[in-house]
Amino acid sequence: MKSLAELEEIRKRTLEKVNLRKDRGEGIRVVVGMATCGIAAGARPVLNAFMEEVAKRNLKNVTVAQTGCIGVCRLEPVVEVYIPGQEKVTYVKMTPEKAVQIVNEHIVNNKPCIQYTIGAAEKRN
Amino acid sequence: MELVRSHVLVCGGTGCTSSGCEKIIKEMENQLKKNNLDKEIRVIKTGCFGLCALGPIVIVYPEGAFYSMVKPEDVQEIVEEHLLKGRIVKRLLYDETIEEDDTVKSLNEVDFYKKQMRVALRNCGVINPENIEEYIAFDGYKALGKVLTEMTPEQVIDTIKKSGLRGRGGGGFPTGLKWEFTAKAQGDQKYVACNADEGDPGAFMDRSVLEGDPHSVIEAMAIAAYAVGANQGYIYVRAEYPIAVSRLKIAIAQAKEYGLLGQNIFGTDFNFDLEIRLGAGAFVCGEETALMTSVEGHRGEPRPRPPFPAVKGLWGKPTLLNNVETYANIPMIILKGAEWFASIGTEKSKGTKVFALGGKIQNTGLVEIPMGTTLREIVEEIGGGIPNGKKFKAAQTGGPSGGCIPADLIDTPIDYDSLISIGSMMGSGGLIIMDEDTCMVDIAKFFLEFTVDESCGKCSPCRIGTKRMLEILEKITNGNGTMEDIENLEILCKNVKSSALCGLGQTAPNPILSTLRYFKDEYIAHVQDKKCPAGVCKSLLAYTIDAGLCKGCGICAKQCPVNAISGERKNPYKIDTEKCIKCGVCMEKCPFKAIFKNH
Ligand SMILES: Cc1cc2nc3c(=O)[nH]c(=O)nc-3n(C[C@H](O)[C@H](O)[C@H](O)COP(=O)(O)O)c2cc1C
Ligand code: SF4
Ligand code: SF4
Ligand code: FES
Repeated sequence: MKSLAELEEIRKRTLEKVNLRKDRGEGIRVVVGMATCGIAAGARPVLNAFMEEVAKRNLKNVTVAQTGCIGVCRLEPVVEVYIPGQEKVTYVKMTPEKAVQIVNEHIVNNKPCIQYTIGAAEKRN
Repeated sequence: MELVRSHVLVCGGTGCTSSGCEKIIKEMENQLKKNNLDKEIRVIKTGCFGLCALGPIVIVYPEGAFYSMVKPEDVQEIVEEHLLKGRIVKRLLYDETIEEDDTVKSLNEVDFYKKQMRVALRNCGVINPENIEEYIAFDGYKALGKVLTEMTPEQVIDTIKKSGLRGRGGGGFPTGLKWEFTAKAQGDQKYVACNADEGDPGAFMDRSVLEGDPHSVIEAMAIAAYAVGANQGYIYVRAEYPIAVSRLKIAIAQAKEYGLLGQNIFGTDFNFDLEIRLGAGAFVCGEETALMTSVEGHRGEPRPRPPFPAVKGLWGKPTLLNNVETYANIPMIILKGAEWFASIGTEKSKGTKVFALGGKIQNTGLVEIPMGTTLREIVEEIGGGIPNGKKFKAAQTGGPSGGCIPADLIDTPIDYDSLISIGSMMGSGGLIIMDEDTCMVDIAKFFLEFTVDESCGKCSPCRIGTKRMLEILEKITNGNGTMEDIENLEILCKNVKSSALCGLGQTAPNPILSTLRYFKDEYIAHVQDKKCPAGVCKSLLAYTIDAGLCKGCGICAKQCPVNAISGERKNPYKIDTEKCIKCGVCMEKCPFKAIFKNH
């Protein structure tokens, strides 16, 4: 070890790998419904798209988790976004493309993509 | 880039290793492969999470789901349900983490963890101890970097002094002062050493730190070496700790590879190397002068002090010796500051203390609490109370050198001075909880048996004195004691305490003195009434069959290992008290509860 900078380099590089282990609480959480219905409807590519986009943009305070059936199987894949201090937003009929958009607009710029939310879908029906 | 979406932490501490975590890890890896998840989910073996009684333990992040008592056959369900489909397997969760409304609580809100504060154990159960980069990710070696590039040795010592840290090996000596003495001692060569002998029966605090976070000790020893002017260190660890030894070896090798041990660390002119020395596990080798003689390769026997190790230690050179847990606190003090550390705890006992919680308590395991936490909080909240609805009788701290805290002092804050004032001591962290079925004379006898075995024999007060004390205790528990014996015992205790050569003999009478202080009535009951109130001392027990309740089934007679029970079918059976060895089997097996233990 030659310098503190070198140490910091290792720290940063590894932190990304261990960040997941922080306890829940602060930070934004994206939860993807991954029950059988969700997986059948294509939840896995959606989960991957979230993970990739979050990693690409180096968003440290965002965790992407999965959960079981959220309860609206006909609207799967379903994704919930929790931002501390704000109402939970539920997105339905997700695709990888929508996922990228949600990361950019909702998570980064704090503008929920209303058109993909469960409220909008229910209205259309 | 490889994207990992979930971390599965499997405890690889001693407790969970013995309950089979290796099989869990293998099965987990198999199942993940089978389900094609091995790229996106990582399995990490960590150190002890603390709740060893519930092992093997598996925690899945980011959900933070805490699975307890996981069996290899459960792994498939965790993988297929939780990791594949995202449905947490409630059946396997530690039940304290499930809220009334069926949602899952964060671990920090669980009673066992809520009152704890993890400083020395900060990384245990969080990182993979065999991967130096994970330690670095959690700010590891940053304190060493800071010390070497920004601080003078005097500033380091000053910081430790201001933090108020005291030795965690039992004595409670101010750590900063010890560093200062060693720094100021004259000598061309100096050493630092780490005491990982941990000989108290039931203690496993230091072991857990070494197994779960070995780099924290290595980093701290390097900091200490810089502060006192040493370039060589020794870790004295007992050979009975194979996991700790192997993780330490890996950690030292990795630290060398990364240039964190060796020459010109952090580009400065500071050099430091570290070696492991294995001890054969004698309790006396934990005593500092005996430890050093043992490191030098001689038989581990104590010598009189002074001179103290800070002046004349290893090979006659000034040597700094600290305990594992003492060291584990150092990097945090450097990083977060002396004020931060001093803000935790009580006026004279700063920071936290790790305890190995054992005995008659629900949550046996490893806990770290801020100094000043009361015994009641530890027993009732963190420990989850006494099992089987029994009453709390006393707690024992300090192992064979310590004493007991009776139930009416349960609100005593746990800190160095409060414990001394009630005749116990902090010790290195063994904390044994006893319920109403514990005989205090028997407990004193247990510890004396230990010291008699472990006495090195060099000085006669300890060699002969402890043996005589044990003999008197045996006489009392056998029902042959007199009131005079109790008096003599007390005198003998005081004499040995004041005349033994080393700490082992000087503290050996403590378990007797403290039980005499708080439970003298129990001694008297053994002597005068020939009764053991807790029903433990076998010689004072008699098993009898109640002829009215006995249905004559004969089950007891079949079970008795020494054929002490006789009788005819359908008639009441009888126990021959001469033959009976008081094993209690008959009482346990009698389907009609017709057998009683009289005490
Ligand atoms: C009989 C006996 C056994 C001891 N065993 C240990 C031990 O296992 N671990 C330990 O750290 N200190 C033990 N000590 C205390 C050490 O002598 C020494 O005080 C301590 O290691 C200093 O480190 P500290 O100031 O960081 O606590 C023992 C002392 C005596 C008298
Ligand atoms: S088992 Fe109980 S009831 Fe049966 S013979 Fe023995 S004492 Fe009597
Ligand atoms: S206590 Fe044990 S030895 Fe005594 S009678 Fe019962 S079974 Fe036999
Ligand atoms: S060894 Fe696994 S929790 Fe202690």
